[in-house]
Parts: sequence; structure tokens; C-alpha cells
Amino acid sequence: MTAATMFEKIWRRHIVVDRDDGYTLLYIDRHLMHDGSAMGFAKLRERNIKVRRPERSFATPDHYVRSDSGRIDDIVDPRHKRMIEQIGENTTAHRVTLFGLGDARQGIAHVVGPEQGITQPGLTLVCGDSHTSTHGALGALAFGIGTSEVAHVMATQCLWQRKPKAMRVTVDGQLGVGVTAKDVILAVIGKIGAAGAVGHVIEYAGSAIRSLSIEGRLTVCNMSIEAGARAGMVAPDDKTIAYLEGRPFAPKGADWNAAVELWRTLPSDAEAVFDREVRLSAADVEPMMTWGTSPEDALPISARVPDPASVADSAKQEAMQRALDYMGLTPGTRLDELPVDRVFIGSCTNSRIEDLRDAARIVRGRKATVPAWVVAGSGLIKRQAEAEGLDQIFREANFEWREQPGCSMCVGMNGDIGKPGQRIASTSNRNFVGRQGPGVRTHLVSPAMAAAAAITGHFTDVRQLPV
Amino acid sequence: MQPFTTLEAIAVPLDQPNVDTDQIVPARFLREPRQIQAEIYFYDLRYDDEGRPRPEFVLNQPSYNGARIMVADRNFGCGSSRECAVTVLLDNGFRTVIAPSFSDIFFNNCFQNGVLPIRLDADRVKQIREMLHFSPGARIAIDLANQTVLGPDGKTDHFAVDSFRKDCLLKGVDDINLTLSYEGDIAAFEARQRETMAWLG
Ligand code: SF4
Repeated sequence: MTAATMFEKIWRRHIVVDRDDGYTLLYIDRHLMHDGSAMGFAKLRERNIKVRRPERSFATPDHYVRSDSGRIDDIVDPRHKRMIEQIGENTTAHRVTLFGLGDARQGIAHVVGPEQGITQPGLTLVCGDSHTSTHGALGALAFGIGTSEVAHVMATQCLWQRKPKAMRVTVDGQLGVGVTAKDVILAVIGKIGAAGAVGHVIEYAGSAIRSLSIEGRLTVCNMSIEAGARAGMVAPDDKTIAYLEGRPFAPKGADWNAAVELWRTLPSDAEAVFDREVRLSAADVEPMMTWGTSPEDALPISARVPDPASVADSAKQEAMQRALDYMGLTPGTRLDELPVDRVFIGSCTNSRIEDLRDAARIVRGRKATVPAWVVAGSGLIKRQAEAEGLDQIFREANFEWREQPGCSMCVGMNGDIGKPGQRIASTSNRNFVGRQGPGVRTHLVSPAMAAAAAITGHFTDVRQLPV
Repeated sequence: MQPFTTLEAIAVPLDQPNVDTDQIVPARFLREPRQIQAEIYFYDLRYDDEGRPRPEFVLNQPSYNGARIMVADRNFGCGSSRECAVTVLLDNGFRTVIAPSFSDIFFNNCFQNGVLPIRLDADRVKQIREMLHFSPGARIAIDLANQTVLGPDGKTDHFAVDSFRKDCLLKGVDDINLTLSYEGDIAAFEARQRETMAWLG
């Protein structure tokens, strides 16, 4: 057999039917559901079909959960409450495992999957959410789907797919002090653009990626979708295996040995050919932030607000001007002089224990000068952080340690939104117009950078705050 | 799903690149029923902070009333996987979006709902948008069987579409029913997997 990429190997293992028109019926090993999956269940009900493989499906409410209370009765908006009730009703009716409110395992679906060992190397995994790309950090082929496809997976455990192309993003070298996984992925998106990887599955490779923890790799893969990629992946290695061992849904005993043996065969062969290659030098990556309304509008913190007059293409110029108007920015302003009104640390990009530790390291012994929130990605992470005393560090610095894990201000569906015109330093993944509320200006940064901005009240190069 | 064969209709130009699905259906409307979502589509682009229509936005301009084709810019439909970004277009009469490129999830969601996404060369798409601005209310004709777009200037462009998706659209076939006809293959796959990856159950 010829040399194959990791993506190719996983794809091949999941082909149910290959049609000669280029479409493949692909088997799906794991299906994650959240409170937005109700519409998928409704489509199933219309046809009177049950979930085909309930033991392969896992659910947790995240988007509509209140961040200040885990009690369903505290949810004021009856429509939000209904979304959470429905996930309970649907998972009971279809015998799907639920990590519901009141269960410490509840959290953001993309945080819970890896944490529970549901996500594993070599598996296909889908969820009705674009950030499903996160799970590829463990060497799975994981991608987001729409509601019709959610219903399709529920009914058949399969999906019709056209094979994406393979792209490799290699980051070699050593990351500088204060430079994190978030900065790496923002630099990648800044380089290739928001549509730079459309139609491709990205494999992240190189010494800088290998040196990242699993948490860091999850952050990188999470934002693959912001470069337009179908999925992001990192080859499983010793760290992946150590991370998974003993997790509740990871294989055990003899199964564990068989699984590890299989996982070792997954990394791309040395001679494997990718359809596209992109290279970045880790040493060139600085702490990053976005200035505009697309994640591709990313620049090093040392840069200035760009000038539309400096680009030749008139359409690009207009888009830039629109972004600057919305963001209330003047070309030439130093990014590290922009004031912030609010800070959000959380989301499936950056709400894992390592993210909270990173932020707490900056915050310790200092005080926030603007309102700042920390929302843990899962109940277990929150518990762990509290055991480590991180909540105390945040509280003493006047940060709000929010009660209940969930998406919260990443998208504001639960009502956690900013005010029009507010400038928010956010560790989430999207700076779209209105994403955190109408008129709200979102700047994407790493947890450490968000913490630094909360302390100084303006965007700040985290390397200038001694720890 | 409604079959799609040919369509001849007014086309509306949308110039921004990277139109994300939060622009098409803002997150705060996601729990609304489908009829309401259809009414609020592109809300923040159509209305200002005080809720007054923005006259400069194309979808507020009467000359494009009744449009069924949207001509957009690169990376249309990026961002969240929300399928209502397609159904609101459908419910407002749009059966086709023409753009230089689409996000993968939006592109797939279109076919699931009987909407035809057409990729054409970026320069040609830009040219078509300019024509639509110049003569608002101009029409475009689409023929799926022959895979052609007849522009307002009378010029025909050929577009590519997967034969699988084309067949499903022409016949209005639903994916679930199609897949259920492969039950034998799925069961055989599951039996094989139980032997090689027993721990998955
Ligand atoms: S945290 Fe944000 S990006 Fe992640 S699943 Fe929730 S809403 Fe989506």
C-alpha cells in the first residue's frame, strides 16, 4: 500500500459504501449532542425513527445554560428552559447518555468529549456544531454538521461525504515565552485567511505542535473552522495516550492494549503527500489579537490598527473599512493602547484547566480594572480549578468566577451579552459582528492576554507583566 | 424536499466577503420558530440600532423584490453550522446562491434543503454583481440539468456540481431514505467493526 496521511487512514477505515460519483457513505463512530440538537430529534420524530446507535451518542447542554446558576428553574426565558428540558426528554426517549445540569460532567460538548475519553484517536466524530474540529487534537476525524445531517446520523449512524483534501500546517521551532496555542492558531488563520483551508482537513505537525499539551492542541484544532477547514487533526503520540488512559469512556484492560496498538499506526507515513503544505516558524509567532470582524484579522500585539489605504484591492479595502467602522478603530493606533471594557475567559477554545492556570498566573496578586468573567468549560474543570485555588486567585482580583459551565459569552445565546459599543477581550473563537451582542466589539486573544487586559484596562503584551 | 430543475428569477447582489451565518441569522433569534426566523433574516444588516430599515442595504431595496437568486462574495456562509442560515433564504424565496466560494458546512446544508449553491470564478461573480447593481431587478436563469447560469448580459457560464448532489436535487430525493436503502452495507460494516474495535461497543 502507498504512503497515506493520517486523515486518509481514518477515512479508509470508515467507508461503508464508495459510489463512483465521488460520494462516500462514511460511518460515524461518535455523535455528540447539545441543547441545539432538539431540531435533529424533531426530524427523527416526524419519521418515527429511533436513534440507531444510542450507545455511540452523548449529550450535554451548553449553549442555553445560565452561567450564574445550574438550576433549570432559574432559567427565566421559557424558550431557553425548553431547550434544556428537551435535551433531557430526548435523550431519555432515545436512551442516549446525558451529562445534564446537576451532573459535574456537564459542560461544553467540545470540552466534555475529550475529558470523558469519548473522543479517541482514529474515530470519526460529529456534532451539530462547527467547532467539532476541536476533537481532532486527539487524532480523530471530527467535523461539524447541520441539523439535517444530525438527523441523518441519528437515523443511520452514517453520512454522505465527498472526500476533502489534505493540508499540512507545519509549525517548527520553539514558541517564545508568553506565546500560547491560541497565538499559534491566530497566526495560522492570519496567514492563510478565513477561507484558506475550505475543502481541506488540516493536519498540524512540526516540533512546536508536538511540544503543545493536549489542551493546547485542542485550542489549535478548535479554530481550524475559522480558517474554513473541514477538520483539524494532530497525530496521536505518547501525550495523547497518557491523556486518555483511565478516562471513563476510554477502552480498558485488553481493549486498551489493542486500542493503543491501533493508535500507534495512525500517524501519517513519512512519504505521505499532502494536497497543500503551509509552514510557520514558531519563533516568529508573537502574542496575537484580532482587530476586525473576521478571525483572519489577526496581528501581533506589537502592531498597529491597519490602514485600508495600504491595500490595493478595492473590495478588500471596503471590507476593511466596514470592519474598522464597526470596531470603532482608527488606522495607525497601537493595538496595545486600545482600552477594553470587559473581559471574557471561557468557551470551547480556552476554558480548560491549563487555560485557567495560564490566566491565573497573570492575575495573581493583581486587581482587574474592568469587569472580567471566568467560565469553566465543564463541571469537572471547575472543580479541579477550585481544588487548585484558582477560583480564589480570580476572586481576590475582582474577577467573577461564574457558577455554571457552558458557552456563556462566547455566543450569548443564554443572555450573557455585552452592551452595544463595548470592547471585549475574549478568549473565544469568533469576533463576528454582533457575536457577543448587537454592536459589541470582540477582540480574540489567549487566556493570558485576556487576563493582562483585565488588569491594565487596555490590550497589553503579556510579556510585559512579570509573573 | 422540493426538486430543483430550472430557475429564472431576479438576482440580488451581496458584496461583502466572509458573510457569516451570524449575519444571516443572529444568535439571539436561534430559538425562534422558523416563520419568525424568516422575518428577521439579515436583521442587523437590514435594520439599524433603532430598528429602522437601512435603505442602502440591498435586501431593503424594492427593485430586488421577489429575488430568488443571491449573488455573493467569497466564503459565503462561514462560521456557525446553523442550518437556519439556509432555511431563511429558502423561506424568503431564494433557491440559489452564487459565490466564488462557500463554507463547507453551509454548502452541505444547502443541498439538504433544496437550495443550489453555485461556485463561479471570482471575477465573473464580481462582474455579475456589478451588473445587478447597475440594473436592479435584472434576471438570471439557471438550468441544473445542463449546469448553466445565464447571466444578465446573456453570457452563459457552466458550473460544476457533484452528480450525486445533482441527482438528489433534480429528483428531490431525501438523504435519509436513500441511506436506509444501504442498510445491508451498514450492518456489514458494523459487524466488521465489532471485531476490529470491540471497545466501541
Ligand atoms: S463555546 Fe462558543 S464556539 Fe464553542 S460550542 Fe459554545 S458557542 Fe460554540
